[in-house]
Amino acid sequence: MIRVALPQHLRTLAKVGMEVALEVEAPVTQRRVFDALEAKYPMLAGTIRDHSTKLRRAFLRFFACEKDLSDEPIDAPLPEAVARGVEAYYIIGALAGG
Amino acid sequence: MSHVRVLVGTRKGAFILTSDAKREKWDVQGPLFGGWELYHLKGSPVDPNRIYASQTSAWFGQVMQRSSDGGKTWEAVGNKFEYDGPTGTHKYYDGSDKPWAFKRVWHVEPDPKDADTVYAGVEDAALFKSTDGGKNWSELAGLRNHPSSSGWMPSAGGMCLHTVLFDPADSKKMWIAISAAGCFRTEDGGKTWRPSNNGLTSKYIPDPKATVGFCVHKIAMHKSKPKTLFLQLHWNVCRSDDGGDNWRIISGNLPSDFGFPIAVHPHEPNTVYVVPILSDSEHYTPEGKMRVYRSKVGGNEWEALGKGLPQANNYMNVLRDAFSTDSLDEAGIYFGTTGGQVYVSPDGGDNWRPIVQNLPSVVSVEVQTLK
Repeated sequence: MIRVALPQHLRTLAKVGMEVALEVEAPVTQRRVFDALEAKYPMLAGTIRDHSTKLRRAFLRFFACEKDLSDEPIDAPLPEAVARGVEAYYIIGALAGG
Repeated sequence: MSHVRVLVGTRKGAFILTSDAKREKWDVQGPLFGGWELYHLKGSPVDPNRIYASQTSAWFGQVMQRSSDGGKTWEAVGNKFEYDGPTGTHKYYDGSDKPWAFKRVWHVEPDPKDADTVYAGVEDAALFKSTDGGKNWSELAGLRNHPSSSGWMPSAGGMCLHTVLFDPADSKKMWIAISAAGCFRTEDGGKTWRPSNNGLTSKYIPDPKATVGFCVHKIAMHKSKPKTLFLQLHWNVCRSDDGGDNWRIISGNLPSDFGFPIAVHPHEPNTVYVVPILSDSEHYTPEGKMRVYRSKVGGNEWEALGKGLPQANNYMNVLRDAFSTDSLDEAGIYFGTTGGQVYVSPDGGDNWRPIVQNLPSVVSVEVQTLK
């Protein structure tokens, strides 16, 4: 199982705790994580990546294993520790705004 | 026994205020969707417990919420707003051509006859419709494909479609308004549209024959008199008596003819309300006084209403969707301010009192009169 940590506003929207567990087929990539997340929690579709362009929302960034993966190729394999569920994949809102 | 439910959208969540018909004691529910911007909430005229809400965020984009129990519980519904076909371009502030891009839903307008049908006015300007309670949305693309659209330009707040009015006799006849493109009307349910701005003037538009480009802030209509429309323009308050074919200025003795909301008394089709603010550069009320202006003769002659409202050191604004009325026998008038107050007048505007005073900045106020 893949562990995905969500920012507060998406946790309340999806009515879940800080982390959700997802079944993701290998090789585990960011695209597959998003696909699995939106399939299990349809209300999150469009909130992390644009419905049409599938581009990351500008004020969100993605981290795992102390690395910023936000601009990595979306089909690149995620670190092994994420794929095995040892480390969580973090979706984080930018620290901006009032 | 009749009572009222006030749906308040703010920059940091939604609030639901309820009272009996006296409108003296209020129950405050909220914040709902705390931390999100709630641009607009509105209930269905045929099923008041069906409420739609536009929930937005610069971080997470657009979410649409739906309640079927009067706001006690909510369900996130469809948030896929995709333009129908090639988007084309509109003008940007610097005169360049910019592709249409969806940003947020400014206004939700439930259908007058079907609780599962609802319209959404969005930025960049377009009108969407759902016939399944908000699960799926389709663009009424005839509006955005109007030949004039490549010349539309955003107002300072964005190129938003913020007003949807239905002809009470035929809901296929509609008026919409876009900042800063102007009014448009359809008679075939949204397939085809034509501009409806004749008589509007703006010092920012040098062409006296311009048919679009007007920064219309809000339009209002009384259901018993649908050919008469009242309009708050960027500057000027205007009126049409032929369904929007021609407009004339009715600003009269207002201290400023700049403002955002405009509303009609629920039982008096010729009684109109506006909230003047100082200018397009100074978005607060003149003289530091919170005053609503009322005309009982359909414009030109206005009286200041400030009894119970702050009359010193008040520098608030009332945004375009933040003014509403109930339909009790003695009509209630309501507005919310950018300073977080929501006021009610239970006697048509003569006397005012606060319902709540320290909410986040208020974006929208809609009132439901319930049996």
